[in-house]
Parts: sequence; structure tokens; C-alpha cells
Amino acid sequence: MELYSFLRATADSWGLLLMFLMFVGIAFWAFRPGSRKTHDEIASSIFRNEDRPRIENSAAGPAEPRNSQQTEA
Amino acid sequence: MWDYVKLIALGLIAVLAAIAANFARDLAYQVNAITVMLAAAITFVVLLRGVGEPKIVNKNEYLDGVVRAGVIATAFWGVVGFLVGVVIASQLAWPWLNFEFLQGIGNFGRLRPLHTSAVIFAFGGNALICTAFYVVQRTCATRLWGGNLAWFVFWGWNLMIILAASSYVLGGSQAKEYAEPAWHIDIWITIVWVAFLAVYAGTVMQRKEPHIYVANWFYLGFIITIAMLHIVNNMAIPVSIFGSTSVQVTGGVQDAMIQWWYGHNAVGFFLTAGFLGMMYYFVPKQAERPVYSYKLSIIHFWALIFLYIWAGPHHLHYSALPEWASTLGMVFSIILWMPSWGGMINGLMTLSGAWDKLRTDPVLRMMVVALGFYGMATFEGPMMSIKSVNSLSHYTDWTIGHVHSGALGWNGLITFGALYYLTPRLWNRERLYSLALVSWHFWLATIGIVLYASALWVSGIMEGLMWREVDANGFLVNAFADTVGAKYPMNVVRTLGGLLYMGGALIMCWNLWMTVRGQEAKAPVNANNAIPAA
Repeated sequence: MELYSFLRATADSWGLLLMFLMFVGIAFWAFRPGSRKTHDEIASSIFRNEDRPRIENSAAGPAEPRNSQQTEA
Repeated sequence: MWDYVKLIALGLIAVLAAIAANFARDLAYQVNAITVMLAAAITFVVLLRGVGEPKIVNKNEYLDGVVRAGVIATAFWGVVGFLVGVVIASQLAWPWLNFEFLQGIGNFGRLRPLHTSAVIFAFGGNALICTAFYVVQRTCATRLWGGNLAWFVFWGWNLMIILAASSYVLGGSQAKEYAEPAWHIDIWITIVWVAFLAVYAGTVMQRKEPHIYVANWFYLGFIITIAMLHIVNNMAIPVSIFGSTSVQVTGGVQDAMIQWWYGHNAVGFFLTAGFLGMMYYFVPKQAERPVYSYKLSIIHFWALIFLYIWAGPHHLHYSALPEWASTLGMVFSIILWMPSWGGMINGLMTLSGAWDKLRTDPVLRMMVVALGFYGMATFEGPMMSIKSVNSLSHYTDWTIGHVHSGALGWNGLITFGALYYLTPRLWNRERLYSLALVSWHFWLATIGIVLYASALWVSGIMEGLMWREVDANGFLVNAFADTVGAKYPMNVVRTLGGLLYMGGALIMCWNLWMTVRGQEAKAPVNANNAIPAA
């Protein structure tokens, strides 16, 4: 089968099915039980850290080591 | 050490550009080469003056200087783009404005790509870059990644604008709509864009918030997709490395399909996804309440990503494109209506419980009307993609009216809203200089858009009907020039609409200027972040 026909046939069969299932999967993931709390938390994250980056070991929870501060000279 | 490498590289670029200018085969290329030479020389001097000075990166501060520069550039290019728009609208109404002595430089054909690129890539591009840098820092609670790479993105993008603009008016165009820049400018765009992606993704990766806020998803989707579209659509082989002319790798219907795959997704990802990123941050911030439904915003994002990429073929109905591709484009365009309106509803409903703010806050009003125009344009677009409607609307002014209600209404107004939001914060001022002037801007812009869009509905549908009108014997009734003559009043009204819109933007510039110059700075949040108004 030439490349064009192969891509053409894939696009409207398995390719389409795969993408459709991915989308449905994402939708189910978004509406999974218990996600409300997480989503409320993310939605309100824009009201934090307005003026400066979050400083490690401050009010905003534990710091991750990989984000440790550096001042380059 | 690194400074010396940069200096050597800049020196080399300046020398090579001078050589290229000398061997240039066309004027557009020559002017571009001289511009690059000057830009490299200026950067060289600036860099040289800072050699050996310690570079202090304060990770406890946001990098806002580049956002401030972006706000200025956005306002500046906005006015330039609107001005060129008013000029070419006038040229359509009064053709004698295509002055004889400006033929080949200042006639409609040369200025039209200047207008589209100025508003989309200069005004819109700067708006997207500076808001992206602002939003990603706040939502990730970390300074921009990559040190001064963000500054490279800003200056690189604006250099590209200068190169493209000077190239267009001198005839350097590869004749692809919204992708006119010649091959050497395309290479530069790719470099700048990859740097943009690196800064953005680097910042997201070192975020201090556990989750990636939805605005960042939209911005990232926009950056990655534009990179892909740009590279594929600009696959071209230059005729000479010393000339603007190039030959496309693909030809015929394949090239047309790639062009409109690019063209429509430039709308879908540059003018929609990117600006939705703006919307998902600035509307909730201005309304002071979180987005209506975060779940809907996730669905909105993924639906847009999965659907938009297929809609391009609707630009090529009734052409040599295979029927199935044309139908596919139409069907996906219609399905797109759902995520578009889902997003609009999500933005509008963010105001639920705070609708009273619309009475007192003209900035919020501007953002809400932008969402209204987003909804209107995303209703009209799918309708026009239906083949039978398209057979009437294609090639007529209706299309241009549709584009402008989206661009002026949605992109323009949401950007103005963001600029009004950003300016007092970035320059650390108490408030905007005048809310009354914002109201003036709001009404001038809104009335301007309504005049523009309604004039072109009338003009476009009239044009379409006149083109297809046949007499009893099957002969066409109207010559093309008849439609041109009949459009005169609508062309005048459209010019007037553009003038009003530009007037509003000028008022905005004055208001933003006075916000910074007319007020004392508050106590600085970050000592070295609050630069004095320049």
C-alpha cells in the first residue's frame, strides 16, 4: 500500500478512534470523583504569589530540593 | 568568558551581514542585511559596556523589565498596525490614495501584508509574549527561567518585525498569506520561537506551585503548535543565499493545503489559544474570583487542541482539494463551535455574583465584551465554513468583516484589558490615570467594530449576490467593477469604524502614559524591580 493510502486509511479509522478515546479519557479524568478540591485549589492559585516568587520554607509549604535558591554571581 | 563568545559571535554576524548586503540580489534583502548588521553592532556595543560586571540574578524577584518593555511595544505596534489599516481602508474607498509616486512601496498590495503582520504578529505577538512572561511567573511562583533569554526573545521578535515590515514594502514576500516573510526571516523567527519555548517551558518546569494553571496550558499549546506550523509551512529552498526569493518544497494543491492548515491554525493557536491563556488569567484576576469551572477549562483546552488542527481545509472549498478533505474541514469547524462557546461561557460565568462590577469597572467591561465578540466570531466562522454558505461568502468582504470582529473585538479588546490591568502593577502605581478615559476607549472601540463589521456584512453579501446573479439566458449580470463601485459607501463606513477604533487606542496610550508619568510610584515591592518611569 502506498504511503498516502496508508495514512489516509489510518486517519479515519484507528487514528480517529485513538484520538477520540484519548479525549474521552481526559474528560473522564477531569470529572473523576474527588477532583473538585484539587481544581478549586488550582483555580485559586492565581490569587497567590502576586508580588514575588514563593520563597522556600515560608508560609507556602515545604520546599522541593530541586528548586533550592541560588544567587548566581 | 561567555561574554567574549557572545562578542565574537555578534562581530561575526555584523561582518557577515555586511558581506550579504554587498552581494544582495534585491533591495529587500539588502535592507534586511543592513538592519541585521546595525542590530548586531548595537548589541555588540551594549554587551561590551557590560563586560566584566557581576550579573546578579535575584531569584526572589520576578523578571518584570521584559514585561514592561512588552507592554510598551504592544501599545506602540497596536497604533502602527491600526494606522496602516486605516490607510489601506481609505485606499480601498478612494483609490487615488494609491499615489503614483509611491507605486511599488505604498500601494494597497504592498501595505496590506504590512497591516496584517503589524496587528497579528507585532501587536498580538508582543501582547502574547509579554503576558505569557507575566502570567507564567505568577502562576508558577518563580522567576523566568534562562536569565536574560527572555530579553533575547523580546528584542529578537521585534527585530523580526522590523525586518519583515521593511522587506514587505520593498517586495520581499513569499506570497503566503500571514506567512509572507522571506526565508531568512523565517529562520530567525524559528530561532526566537525556540528560545521563547525554552524560557516558557523552563519556567513551568521549575514552578513552585504543584499544578500547572490552565492559562499556562493554553500558552504552551500556542507556542508549540505555532512552532510546528511555522516550520512546515515555510519549507522553502532559497534561490540564492543573497536574495529574498525562495521556492516552496511542496507545490500545487499540497502547498495550498499546507498553507491553509497553517493559516487557519495561526488563527486557532496564535489568535485563539494564546489569547485564551490571557483570558483565563486576566478575567478572573480583574473580576477577583476564580474561573467559573476549572473542569470546563480542561475540557475547553483539550477539545480546542483536538479539533482546531483539522479545520483548515474550509479555506479551500470548491477547489482542487479532495472532496473528503473539504468536508472534513467543514465538519470539524462546526464541531469547534462547542468548545468555543464552552470557553466563552466559562469566561462570562466567572462574573456570576460579581456582575455589578460591570457598572463600575470599564476594564472588566472591555474583557467581557471581548468574550462576547469571541462568541460571535466563533459562531460566524463555523457558519461560513459550511460549503453552501461559503459559496456565497468566499472572496467577499464578509470574510474580512468576520476576521475583524474576531481580531478587533476579541484579540484587541482582551489585549487592551490586559494592558490596563498590567500597567499600574508593573510600574507600581496606585491606579489607572483615568477610568473615564477607559470608558471612552471602550465605547469608541465597540462602536468602531460594530460599524466595521456591519458595513462588511452588507458589502460582502451584496458582493456575493452580485457575482452570482445571472439573467434569463444564463449570462452574468454584473462585471467585477460594478461590485467595486457598489461597495463605495460601505468602504467609507469601514474606514470610519477603523478610525474610531484607532482613536480609542490612542486614548489608551495617553491614559497608560499618564498612569506612569502622572503618579508617584508606591513604595516599591522589590527594590530593584521598580524602575523609575522612563
